[in-house]
Amino acid sequence: MAKGDLGRTYNDGEVITRQGDVGDCMFVIQEGRVQVLVEKDGVETPLRIANEGEFMGEMAIFDHEERSATLRALGEARLLTIDKKNFLKRIHKDPSLAYRLVQMMSKRVRDLSDEVARLKNPVDREHVVSHER
Amino acid sequence: MTSTSARPRERSDELQLVDGSNVAVIGGGPAGSFVSYFLLEMAERSGLELHVEIFEPRDFSCVAPKGCNMCGGIISETLVQNLAAEGINLPSTIVQRGIESYILHMDVGSVRIETPVHEKRIGAVYRGAGPRDLKTSKWESFDHHLEHLTVAKGARVTRNRVVGVSFDNGRPVITAKGEQPHSYDLLVVAVGVNSAALKLFSENGLGYKPPASTKTFITEYFLGEEVIEQTLGDSMHVFLLNIPRLEFAAIIPKGDYASVCLLGESIDKELVQSFLNAPQVRACMPDNWTSDPCSCQCSPKISVGAANKPFADRLVFVGDCGVTRLYKDGIGAAYRTAKACATTAVFEGISEADFRRHYWPVCRSISTDNSIGKLSFAVTRQIQKWRFARRALLRMTEKEQRIGGRNRNMSQVLWDMFTGSAPYRDIVTLAMHPRFLARLGWELAVAASPFSGAQN
Repeated sequence: MAKGDLGRTYNDGEVITRQGDVGDCMFVIQEGRVQVLVEKDGVETPLRIANEGEFMGEMAIFDHEERSATLRALGEARLLTIDKKNFLKRIHKDPSLAYRLVQMMSKRVRDLSDEVARLKNPVDREHVVSHER
Repeated sequence: MTSTSARPRERSDELQLVDGSNVAVIGGGPAGSFVSYFLLEMAERSGLELHVEIFEPRDFSCVAPKGCNMCGGIISETLVQNLAAEGINLPSTIVQRGIESYILHMDVGSVRIETPVHEKRIGAVYRGAGPRDLKTSKWESFDHHLEHLTVAKGARVTRNRVVGVSFDNGRPVITAKGEQPHSYDLLVVAVGVNSAALKLFSENGLGYKPPASTKTFITEYFLGEEVIEQTLGDSMHVFLLNIPRLEFAAIIPKGDYASVCLLGESIDKELVQSFLNAPQVRACMPDNWTSDPCSCQCSPKISVGAANKPFADRLVFVGDCGVTRLYKDGIGAAYRTAKACATTAVFEGISEADFRRHYWPVCRSISTDNSIGKLSFAVTRQIQKWRFARRALLRMTEKEQRIGGRNRNMSQVLWDMFTGSAPYRDIVTLAMHPRFLARLGWELAVAASPFSGAQN
């Protein structure tokens, strides 16, 4: 870790935050990649890989629910924590501070819609099933 | 410069930025870069085409004093997080050292205050390329980095100094050295209180009066990365010493250098020497260190008040020449005022009324908070004078740091006070909590007791 690296560095495979934990912060990836995965009945399903500059764990900022996914460092990754309480206070004073977050969440909703549409389309679904076989 | 009376009043619906509007920004430091960046960012979001021209004669890639902006160079926790939320992440090519703790030094002892989240979220940077004797630059200057971001957004930087500002039919006209006068739709003044450009606006008849200022002292010492690692480490060292006229002092470790910053009343050579010769200061530095010669030094002015009426039709002052935070987080205040200015100009308008309604509240909130800050520093001055108060403060902080847990109010108060992470209002609110006052009262009583000497 360079002396000027801000945030905290996680080693390869290290859990940043675990599904089911109560979150009071979100993260911004400063360097490296992060694996997003959900755990059910002891089985881990990878959802996607997040890259440098992306916000992670942002749902904790707006709801009081448990973390919906586990974040794990993929290789060495450096993340900066943004505190929920202070961030909400700052958004209250300057709502435009949330613009990039909303923009990114909007992109994720769009990606999810595409994914749902793809899964509902019989041709695509067959393609996915045959691919999984 | 023409007076206000000579300026024809325009209808407020004419005082809007439209497609193709030209904005001039005098000053390319953080306030100037932030205002340009956010003007272009907000314009892009709302589908508006703006042309932004920054007038900045200095080249921030040069070593001091040619490229320096004379500042301690601390990017606060709050600003680091705000910038990350804005999509501006600070790489280690800019941040010379991430600060992970503060060490408070007093004649009664020293105590380390760890960052509340055990994460490096405070950055030590240089505003220019570095001190005068810098041979090879390993890091980019913070101001240069911001300027790059702004240029990437579409701003143009002119290196010629502005030598004249006037108004023609209500529109600002800028004359840069060696160039023809040019008219703009909006003029943003983002210069520091040390800038000669501020004289262009004095006695202008617009009601603008620069903020009150005081002199500070900043000096740089070359120690080398390894020595800094062994001595100062990744901690900012702050001093509460009973030296008359000294309000606040800090040593900030950078890459190869250590920056020494002093704030106080009429800082002169005698005061600087008393501080540098203090045993608490010498204990932080390497064994063979001498305070003379240094690599670079300056006595810049810092703003300690708010400007009078920092706006008019098509004219606005941001950053230090408008209002900044008292003693701390000046770059954070530049970000806040610059963003408020950009939001107002793009979404509301550029009339005096628009700036009064949407920009001025942000300045006023900083200014009001500074009044509370003055009170906080008055209390700190008393602590500096009373040895038993210093002992109480040390004991209380030491206990909190040893035990850990959530009940670390004194540590939090000191952390916020030194780092500039929280508004002074929040610090005072925390310090007025009955449980905090009760604990402090107890520690003061113990420290004042004649039987407590042995413990200290």
